[in-house]
Amino acid sequence: MRPGAGADLILRGAAVLDPVAGIDARHDVVVRGGRIAELAAPGSADEEGAEVVEADGLHAFPAFFDPHVHLRVPGHEHKEDVETGTRAAAAGGYCGVLAMANTEPPVSTPADVEALREAAREGASVPTGFLATVTRGMAGEELTEMAELRAAGAVGFSDDGLPVRSARILRRALQYQRLCGGTIALHEEDPDLSGAGVVHEGPVSAALGLAGIPAVSESTMIARDAALAGYEGARIHVQHLSAAESVEAVRAAKAAGVRISAEASPHHLCLTDEAVRGLDPVRFKMNPPLRAEADRRALLDGLRDGTIDCIATDHAPHAAEEKEAPFEAAAMGVTGLETAFAALHTDLVMPGTLELALVVGKLSAGAEPFDLERPSLAPGSEANVALCDLGATWTVGEEGYESRSHNSWCAGRELTGRVLVTLAGGQVAFRLRSFSLGVAQ
Amino acid sequence: MKHLLGIEQLSREEIEAILERAESFAEVGRRDIKKVPTLRGRTIVTLFYESSTRTSSSFELAAKRLSADLVSVKAAGSSVDKGESLKDTVATLSAYDPAAIVIRHPHAGAAQMVADWSGVATVNAGDGKHEHPSQALLDLFTLRRRLETLEGKRIWIVGDVLHSRVARSNLIAFRAMGAEVTVCGPPTLIPRGIEALGCEVSHSLEGLGEADVVYALRLQRERMEESFIPSIREYTSHFQIDSRRLGPRQLLMHPGPVNRGVELSGEAIDSPQSLIAEQVASGLVVRMAILYELLAVGGERPEPAAGETTGAPTPIGQPA
Repeated sequence: MRPGAGADLILRGAAVLDPVAGIDARHDVVVRGGRIAELAAPGSADEEGAEVVEADGLHAFPAFFDPHVHLRVPGHEHKEDVETGTRAAAAGGYCGVLAMANTEPPVSTPADVEALREAAREGASVPTGFLATVTRGMAGEELTEMAELRAAGAVGFSDDGLPVRSARILRRALQYQRLCGGTIALHEEDPDLSGAGVVHEGPVSAALGLAGIPAVSESTMIARDAALAGYEGARIHVQHLSAAESVEAVRAAKAAGVRISAEASPHHLCLTDEAVRGLDPVRFKMNPPLRAEADRRALLDGLRDGTIDCIATDHAPHAAEEKEAPFEAAAMGVTGLETAFAALHTDLVMPGTLELALVVGKLSAGAEPFDLERPSLAPGSEANVALCDLGATWTVGEEGYESRSHNSWCAGRELTGRVLVTLAGGQVAFRLRSFSLGVAQ
Repeated sequence: MKHLLGIEQLSREEIEAILERAESFAEVGRRDIKKVPTLRGRTIVTLFYESSTRTSSSFELAAKRLSADLVSVKAAGSSVDKGESLKDTVATLSAYDPAAIVIRHPHAGAAQMVADWSGVATVNAGDGKHEHPSQALLDLFTLRRRLETLEGKRIWIVGDVLHSRVARSNLIAFRAMGAEVTVCGPPTLIPRGIEALGCEVSHSLEGLGEADVVYALRLQRERMEESFIPSIREYTSHFQIDSRRLGPRQLLMHPGPVNRGVELSGEAIDSPQSLIAEQVASGLVVRMAILYELLAVGGERPEPAAGETTGAPTPIGQPA
């Protein structure tokens, strides 16, 4: 994100909710020089030199942080790039994202990391961090130069898209972490068990004649890697939990004292494999796959009891021609940055399944597994704010997307709850076109 | 009925209409001149992305018997070989303004996509391991000629259910007509969750005696290399339908091509209980009936699911 002057802005009379900072009341949110200067009584803040947003009836949350997005650079700029991907993030209320390293070529050298950080300084709408691969070229055979990658600014490590298949290689990486730090984020899948699978293995795969991905292909790898991390005292983060067995494996590892954190994606929290029956790969083909209702419920329980630390979108843009194919042949992945909050609000908060505060807290929690500062509305914090209208309805895709790709799992759906303004890193990163900020006094 | 994409989308009434129509074409087949002018001047495209003998030849002959112009495209040697996407191939063929597209494709849902993209009446001639509705219909037609009804009949589908689109379509079709279905095979070849389709699951032929109909599936030899079965020998000892296991009042079916000596013994294939040759003969008349129902009747018949009653269906005479 390009350095710039911090915003001076007042959100007049917003319902402020920051569950971690213990804030849940109406305030004037006073932003001065890009920091939260004060949470003043509604209507009391001094407007001088500030833009004023009439936020009566609107909600101010700590902006969200997504530890799992695919910005597709280098190599797949036809799907996304730093500029379009972070614009999508800002539009979704995010103040920070971490980009995965499964690019073409994969992010495996210090020069790769430096080039990406430079691109982000030039063109990112929100602060953007980059992970480097665990293994060179994601080939699963040799470690990358982890210490040099960290020195070049890699936030952590992941071969996401693929598991680290070899227990020996993963163990070496976990040992080496003691030297260089950097959380290792893991895509957990035993390829021997998932094979050529494209959907969750169960009644839906049986009815459609599609090769199944059994839940145990995920949970057995989590159990293996948690055991390795426990043995080495290493820090791991499990990406995109999808199965009940996986939640149980993480819960057991946490109970045993393993330094493990976990994320779940909005599409796994809102949908089940029943959505696959129409064989639409654009919205419903991803890895890990949508699973059964019992799995979805287990993920919700995992969020509630803290087994799952944060919500991450696994924003995975693909070009139309990569998705316009029969289900088995189409690319895996869906976009999610622009719709995460609205979808969770519509599908889980409004029906009373999850508390608003829980969803807001988990959307903002993705920084912590990587030892980054968590967005907060406490006075003194850098201004990272998502201003939302919980009553606004909108149809996803009707006005286009900020992302270069259109494979949103919510495409065509009417959602309730919309991000109006995003402050990221102390600057205004997004404002909805139809919602204008007040003029500076 | 605008398309034939799967048995799952058909009502019992629609299934019965096709079977009735097929009976009338069977009568035509006994004449010296077997051709009817119904689809004269209309074009039917067959688009086969997988090799096929029975299905492709019977659809082609069915189109010709109905006097349609036929364009047959096989993936090998066509622009598909040159990397053209399914969507682009369909757009190209749509330029001929076909009345129907008959497609076989290695991936589930391909026929549905062709229907959505082209708007042309689409017949699924097999999509991945998903459905093969014309096979299920010809099997129903064959069975109906031997049995008064399938209501309450017990049908066992035996073999590699996991990799079989025929198993899925037939299971749904047999159930729709009132039969009780058991799928039987080694646990490695029965898909997890198949009971949700309303069948029993057995891993042994011990209870086969209860079956009125035994429907055997092809076992591909490659399944051994993929560790689905330890050996062909062990498979045949547990699951081959032979004259010892097949009772005199049981009917035997198989979608072909048969691996003689693997899923079926030679005596079973050639036994009087075997309907295998009749199935092939039924394929032609049932596929004529499918094309006729889609193209000569299709548009005029109100969708039963929609429940609309606007305009009485135009009566169409029996094929001349």
